[in-house]
Amino acid sequence: MKTLSTEVLIVGGGIVGASAALVLAKAGRRVTLVERDLCGSRSSGINYGGVRRQGRPVVQLPLSQRAHQIWAGLEALIGTTGEYERSGHFKLARSTADMQALEAYAELSRPYGLDIELISGERLRQQCPWLGGAAVGGSLCPEDGQANPRLVSPAFARAAQAAGAEIIERCELMQVVHDGRDFVAEARLGEDVMQLRAEVMINCAGAWATRLASAFGEQVPLSSGYPSMVVTEPIAHFLPWSLGVEGGSIYCRQVARGNVVLGGGRGYELDDKRARASHDSILGLLPQAAALLPALRHVHIIRTWSGVEAYLPDHQPVIGPSATQAGLLHGFGFCGAGFQIGPAAGEALAELVLHGRSAIALDAFSIARFAPAAAVVPVASSDRLSSHLERKIS
Amino acid sequence: MNRSAPVIVGAGPAGVRAAQTLVAHGLRPVLIDEAARAGGQIYRQPPQGFARSKKALYGFEAGRADGVHQAFEAVRTSLDYRPQTLVWNAQPGLLDLMDNTTQAASSLAWEELIVATGATDRVLPFPGWTTPGVYTLGGAQVALKFQGCAIGRTVVLAGNGPLLYLVAYQYAKAGATVAAVLDSSSLADRTAALPAMLGQPALLAKGIYYLAWLKLHGVPVHTHAQVLRVEGDSRVQSLAWRHANLAQPGGKVGTEQVIPCDAVGFGYALRSETQLADLLGCRFQFDAMQRAHLPVRDRAMRSSVPGVYLAGDGAGIMGADAAELAGERAALALLQDRGVAIDGARVAQIEQQLAQVAAFRLGLERAFPFPQGWAAEAPDDLVVCRCENIRAGELRAAVRDCGAREMNRLKALTRVGMGRCQGRMCGAAATEILAQAAGLPVQEVGRLRGQAPIKPIPIGLHLSSALAVTASDTALQEDAS
Amino acid sequence: MSQSLQPQLVRLAEHERATVAFTLDGRAVTALEGDTVLTAVLTNAGSLRRNEFSGQPRAGFCMMGACQDCWIATADGERLRACSTFIRAGMHLLSGSGEGA
Repeated sequence: MKTLSTEVLIVGGGIVGASAALVLAKAGRRVTLVERDLCGSRSSGINYGGVRRQGRPVVQLPLSQRAHQIWAGLEALIGTTGEYERSGHFKLARSTADMQALEAYAELSRPYGLDIELISGERLRQQCPWLGGAAVGGSLCPEDGQANPRLVSPAFARAAQAAGAEIIERCELMQVVHDGRDFVAEARLGEDVMQLRAEVMINCAGAWATRLASAFGEQVPLSSGYPSMVVTEPIAHFLPWSLGVEGGSIYCRQVARGNVVLGGGRGYELDDKRARASHDSILGLLPQAAALLPALRHVHIIRTWSGVEAYLPDHQPVIGPSATQAGLLHGFGFCGAGFQIGPAAGEALAELVLHGRSAIALDAFSIARFAPAAAVVPVASSDRLSSHLERKIS
Repeated sequence: MNRSAPVIVGAGPAGVRAAQTLVAHGLRPVLIDEAARAGGQIYRQPPQGFARSKKALYGFEAGRADGVHQAFEAVRTSLDYRPQTLVWNAQPGLLDLMDNTTQAASSLAWEELIVATGATDRVLPFPGWTTPGVYTLGGAQVALKFQGCAIGRTVVLAGNGPLLYLVAYQYAKAGATVAAVLDSSSLADRTAALPAMLGQPALLAKGIYYLAWLKLHGVPVHTHAQVLRVEGDSRVQSLAWRHANLAQPGGKVGTEQVIPCDAVGFGYALRSETQLADLLGCRFQFDAMQRAHLPVRDRAMRSSVPGVYLAGDGAGIMGADAAELAGERAALALLQDRGVAIDGARVAQIEQQLAQVAAFRLGLERAFPFPQGWAAEAPDDLVVCRCENIRAGELRAAVRDCGAREMNRLKALTRVGMGRCQGRMCGAAATEILAQAAGLPVQEVGRLRGQAPIKPIPIGLHLSSALAVTASDTALQEDAS
Repeated sequence: MSQSLQPQLVRLAEHERATVAFTLDGRAVTALEGDTVLTAVLTNAGSLRRNEFSGQPRAGFCMMGACQDCWIATADGERLRACSTFIRAGMHLLSGSGEGA
C-alpha cells in the first residue's frame, strides 16, 4: 500500500478546502488535499453564484469583509476572472414590515462597510422598471455581486496546485485515526488503497464532514439541503443586480451572456452525493419568476439543477479547531452561503495552522457549541498546532 | 388493486406496437407523443389533407409505415392519447407534461412506463455547419416527407449510414437537384460487411438499389469523401471536400474539390434520445459499436429500474423494424411482470428476430464505420456547440490548462452542451474532441448528465389549479448566497 | 433582393393547399395551410433567427424539435419553435434579418 506523508492533509476540494490549501502552499507548507470527486464539483460548484455579504448574520461580517478583499484580487489569485462582477445585490421588501427589517439590518451592519443603500418609492420605480410584483422597496449593497462557481471553485484548487499543493482527485477517505503523533488515513484511489499521514488535518468535507468529525467524537447536527436552481435561455440584458427577497423564496441574477439564473424551493436527493431540482420547486418557481420579472413572461427555462448543501440549525458554519482532537481543524456547514465567505474561511484555517491563531475571531463558529456541556475537554489546540509543526520542522 | 394505467412515451413504431399489444390484453395505456400524428420520425405523417400517397412518401417502407399507422388507428379510441405533448421531466412515480399547443402543464402518475423516445441524427461538425441551409440528413428527409419541400435548390448530401443513400434517392426521385452524395465510407467497407449484412437481404438489396438508381440518374456519388467546409456568409454557397478515409486516419488524401450548392444535408448514423431514461435513474453502459453510453436493457426490454421498459431506438439504434418488435416485446414484459398470461411462443419469435437484427447492425457498423479520425482533423476555430458558439480550441484549452478529462467537467468549464439543445447536437463531437485531446478512450470520458426540462419550457406555462396548489406549497426559504 | 430574403426551402409537392397570410419582419407574405412556421418562413426568406453569441443567422437544423435552433420571435414577444409549430393566419414573425435588420 502506498503511503504518503505530508504536513497538512485537507479533506475536501471545495472552495474552503482549496483556499486553505492555496494559502498554506504559498506559505511553503507541504499540503495534500484529497477530494472524493473533482475539486469544486459539489456545493462550491453548483450553488447560485451570489457573492454576497448583505444579509449574513452580523457575526459573519468580519470574515465576509475579509473575503470581499480576497475577491477583489480574484483574477491574480486564481488565474481567472471566474465571471466575477460587482454588479450589486438588491434585497426586495414586499411589505412595510420587510422594509423595516432591511432598514434594521442596514443599521446593524453599518460598522462593517457594506455601504448599503435603501431604495423605495419613486426612486425604486425609476431605477427598477423591470421589477414587477408588490415591491415596496429594497436594500442595495452595491459591491456585492455574482460569479460563476463552476469556474471559480475549481480554479482555487488549480491555483493551490500551482503553488505547490498536492491535489488528489477521485480519492475517497475511508477512515482516519490519530496514532498519538499523526493522523493516519486510508483512502481509496481508483482500485488502490493508500495511506496518508499528516500532523494536521483540516475537515472541509462539506455535507459529508460529520463522518470525519464523529471519528474524533464530535457530533454535529448537520442536515442536507438541496436548493433548486433554474436557468433561462439567453436574453437581452435587463437585470443589473442580483436579487433576493426579504423573507422570500426566490433569488435571481442575470449573467453576462444573458441567461437568468433563478433559485428557490427544494430539490430532492438522488443518492448521498447528488440531487435534482424537483417538480414542485420548478413549478413553484416559474410563476414567481414571471411575477417578479415580467420580462421573463415569454422566456423559456432550459436547464435545472440542484446539489447538496450542508446546513446547521443556527445557520452558522463550523470554522476552527476541533474540541476533542489536537491538530484537527474544521471548516464546513456553510448553510448554502459558503461561496462568498469560503476564501476567507480557508484563509483563517490556514492561519490557524501557520500562526496558531486567525486574524479574525472564529469563536462564534466553534464546533464546541454543539458539544454537550460536560463533554468538552478544551484542547489548547491553537498553541499546539504551530508548536507541533515547529518541532517537526526543526 | 387500483393501479395507474401504463404509460408509453413516444408514438413511433415502438410506441405504437407497445400500445397495440397492451390494448390487445385489455389495458388502456396512456400514449404521449410530441408530434400531432403517430408514426415517429421514420414514418412521420404529413398534416391531414396532404396529397401524396404512402408509396410516394415512404417508398419501399410504405407497407410498414401503413402497418404502423393502421395499428395506431385501430387502438386510438382505446388509448388515453396525448399528442403534441412533451414529457419534460421524470421523477419516481411522476411525469411532468406540457401541451405544446396550449402550454398547459400537467403531471401524470406512473407505475409502469415504456420509454420509446427514438433517435435523432448524430452529427460531427465541419466549418460552416451553422450556416443557413445546412441540415441533418433526417432533417432533409423530414422537410420532404412532412412538408413536401427540398432543403434547397442544389443539395449536397454527406456523411454515412443507411440514411445517406435513402435521402439522396428520395430527393432525386422527388425532383430535387442532388449535386453530389459524399459518403465518408466506401464500397470496400460495404463489401467487407457483406457476410453480416446478408442476414437481412431485403435491407441490403435496398441499399444496393438506391446506389444503382442514383448512378443511373447521373447523381455523382463519391466514397471516402471528407467534408472540409461549407462556404457562404449568410447562406450556403458551396461545399469543399476531398478524398480521405477518416475511419483509418493517416492514409492518402485527395486534392480539394468545391461543389457549388445552396443546401447540405449530413449526418453519421443516429443517436438515441436517452434523456428520460437518464432522469428515471436507469443504469447506463458504454456501447462500443454505437460509441455512446446507453441505458441497459435485457432481452425483454426491461431497464435497470423496475417498471421502466425501453423500446426502440431511444435506448440504442436498432432500426424501425426492430423497433416494432421491441415495442411489442416491452409490452409483453410489462404484462408478464403484472402477472398477465402472455404468448410464450410469440416472445421466443420476437427475441429470435431481434437477435438477427443485432447481427445485421454489427454489419452496418462495418459498412458505415465511424470516422474515428474526425477529432484530430477538427480545426481549433470549428464551432462544436452551435447553441453556445463554443469552439474546438476552447475545449482543448480546458483539457490542457484546466485538466478536464470528463464531459460534465468540460461542460462546466467551457459551456459546451449548456445551450437549449442540452448537448444533443454537440455531445458526440465534444466527446470525441475531449477524448482525443486528453489521450483517453471515448468510453472513459463519461457522458453529459440529463437534467429537466429535457426541452425548453416557457416560464409562462399554465399550471392547472391542482398543480398550482402543489407548487405554492413549496416551503419558503431564505435567499442563499 | 438581399441574400437573407431569398427563400431557402423549395416546394416540390403538395402545392394544392389553402393560402395562409402572415407577416415576416413587417413584410406581408403567404404560406400554405399545413406548413410549419419553419416552412412558412423559409419559403419566403433565408433565416429564422440570429444566434445570441455569434450574431449570425440560423435557419434551423434538425427539423424534428431536437436542435432547438429554430426558435423564432413573434412581434408580441413570444417565442415559437418553428419546426414543430404550424403557421396560422395573422402571425407576426421576426427573424432579425429583415430589411431593417
